[in-house]
Amino acid sequence: MEQRFADVAAEGRPVLVTYFMGGDPDFETSLAIMQALPKAGADVIELGVPFSDPMADGPAIQLAGQRALKAGQTLAKTLELARRFRTEDQRTPIVLMGYYNPIYIYGVERFLNDAVEAGVDGLIVVDLPPEMDDELCIPALEKGISFIRLATPTTDDRRLPKVLENTSGFVYYVSMTGITGSALPDPSLIAGAVARIKSHTKLPVCVGFGVKTAEHARVIGASADGVVVGTAIVNQIASSLTEEGRVTEATVPGVEALIRGLSAGVRAARLAAAE
Amino acid sequence: MNQLPKPNSFRAGPDEDGRFGIFGGRFVAETLMPLILDLQDEWSKAKNDPTFKAELEGLGAHYIGRPSPLYFAERLTAELGGAKIYFKREELNHTGSHKINNCIGQILLAKRMGKTRIIAETGAGQHGVASATVAARFGLPCVVYMGATDVERQAPNVFRMKLLGAEVRPVTAGNGTLKDAMNEALRDWVTNVHSTYYLIGTAAGPHPYPEMVRDFQAVIGQEAKEQILAAEGRLPDLVIAAVGGGSNAIGIFHPFLDDEDVKIVGVEAGGKGLDGDEHCASITAGSPGVLHGNRTYLLQDGDGQIKEGHSISAGLDYPGIGPEHAWLNDVGRVEYVPIMDHEALEAFQTLTRLEGIIPALEPSHALAEVVKRAPKMGKDEIILMNLSGRGDKDIFTVGKILGMGQ
Repeated sequence: MEQRFADVAAEGRPVLVTYFMGGDPDFETSLAIMQALPKAGADVIELGVPFSDPMADGPAIQLAGQRALKAGQTLAKTLELARRFRTEDQRTPIVLMGYYNPIYIYGVERFLNDAVEAGVDGLIVVDLPPEMDDELCIPALEKGISFIRLATPTTDDRRLPKVLENTSGFVYYVSMTGITGSALPDPSLIAGAVARIKSHTKLPVCVGFGVKTAEHARVIGASADGVVVGTAIVNQIASSLTEEGRVTEATVPGVEALIRGLSAGVRAARLAAAE
Repeated sequence: MNQLPKPNSFRAGPDEDGRFGIFGGRFVAETLMPLILDLQDEWSKAKNDPTFKAELEGLGAHYIGRPSPLYFAERLTAELGGAKIYFKREELNHTGSHKINNCIGQILLAKRMGKTRIIAETGAGQHGVASATVAARFGLPCVVYMGATDVERQAPNVFRMKLLGAEVRPVTAGNGTLKDAMNEALRDWVTNVHSTYYLIGTAAGPHPYPEMVRDFQAVIGQEAKEQILAAEGRLPDLVIAAVGGGSNAIGIFHPFLDDEDVKIVGVEAGGKGLDGDEHCASITAGSPGVLHGNRTYLLQDGDGQIKEGHSISAGLDYPGIGPEHAWLNDVGRVEYVPIMDHEALEAFQTLTRLEGIIPALEPSHALAEVVKRAPKMGKDEIILMNLSGRGDKDIFTVGKILGMGQ
């Protein structure tokens, strides 16, 4: 992951981090989507693990999780997605993102062994704050898996050092309080927040929650090391499905077109910053 | 489950990280952590502040109507022919259940913290009504999240909340019950962190809620202990309460936990039976997991996905349980047993006819366990049951099931 961030930084542009829900709308389609992401310009993949009770996610990602669960997706199958992806692509970093309970029930040690074996580089577990680091963060770091933490506008300077203490890979700045997929805040506030976090850490700072268009990606990319896009991809997938939630011919190409646009956005970002 | 070693006291928990053994904790998104830490600070200050205590006691006496009576159920005792049965009559509280004890405490905290908006989740609507009530009393706007299924089966309480000025937001996700309402309330809180106080209704969620709600509800057990000593000159042999999230139960249990001779039983909703998925017996038929900010017993599948429970009683229709109950089960201090829908329904009718008290369906579960146990106990033995809520809200549900026409 460090290598990927360094390589992209050398190109003089921010990293494009793309989130999608594993198993949405079905296993094979989500594998095809995952394979299409780097080809269309994604630099890092966040692979969503569905959970029945996603307390920090908005309606779009909730529905994606429900579609995936209905199609039989599990944590084991999400690891299988990573494993299958790795047979073709050994370079694009994979970050699993989800909630703790499926991992806890799978068994932390067994999960970490299987995640390493599947080629997973990092974890984002929404409901494990630093106070709960003994549960998964420390064991993951010992196995060489990054533990990426969310920082939010409520994470003040008093709390930031605690949040950053065991964070590795990158810092994921959630650009507003609130659930995923809400409206985008003021770009100058984002620039200030990124600068604030960077004064506490050498890690790259990626900004997410609310990035929908190439223009958003360009504006956020002007101050951040990376731009995270999630809800827009999930919405793109949802809009391509049949009424019963099944895949259509438009599903994978739709995601590809969206990512190509966003990728152009991040590639224009440093140009914008230099202006 | 391996029996854990017996602690010196069963009343010392949680530790500073909010844990009761392996249970409890703070499993929340980073956005909420600063709030939860602020709340913990404020709560630590408030509980040792004589002004706060005086305010709480004053409202308890003059607004809620405390102490609630301890009532000897003479005809029920005679009918069952065994142990003497006493009810702690929390159903006589203002708003009709124990829920108000916690709501008054938490809204005083919300005011101390300068919060200007209250949100709450509700199942049966008792906590929603209690939250709407205290919000009206203290002049704060209140939004109550309630599963769409529950909105339908608890219509009288929905109407009460609206009359009290609260906004009731039906939640259609999942089965439209308490779990889904709690998810939605957490989403609201994450979005409105600065202005909003989340008034959790049960002794569950991230630390400090389980401890705080317990302490506000422990007044039930403290009063009952004094009252039974005054009435009988000794402690009861058995204390029984129904457990959904478990706030009424932990409230009456906690002051008795270190009294070794007092047997304690928590009654879970057995629904239509434990064989299938149509029950809410988290301890008797679930396993430890992490949901809604705490580790506790949950109804879940092999992939860690949370199941939708079922109970005739909306207030028990939750696939988890407060973390302190999970611990009390594992250390062997409290026994948890299931009661089926039909048993609760029979007990509901028994109490209504024999004592002229219409209980809520939630304590009807505890009552059904009393009906099972009392005849097997000696006439010199004493049962104390928490009659946690009144059944006005349930009469239409029960009437429909019993086929009582218009």
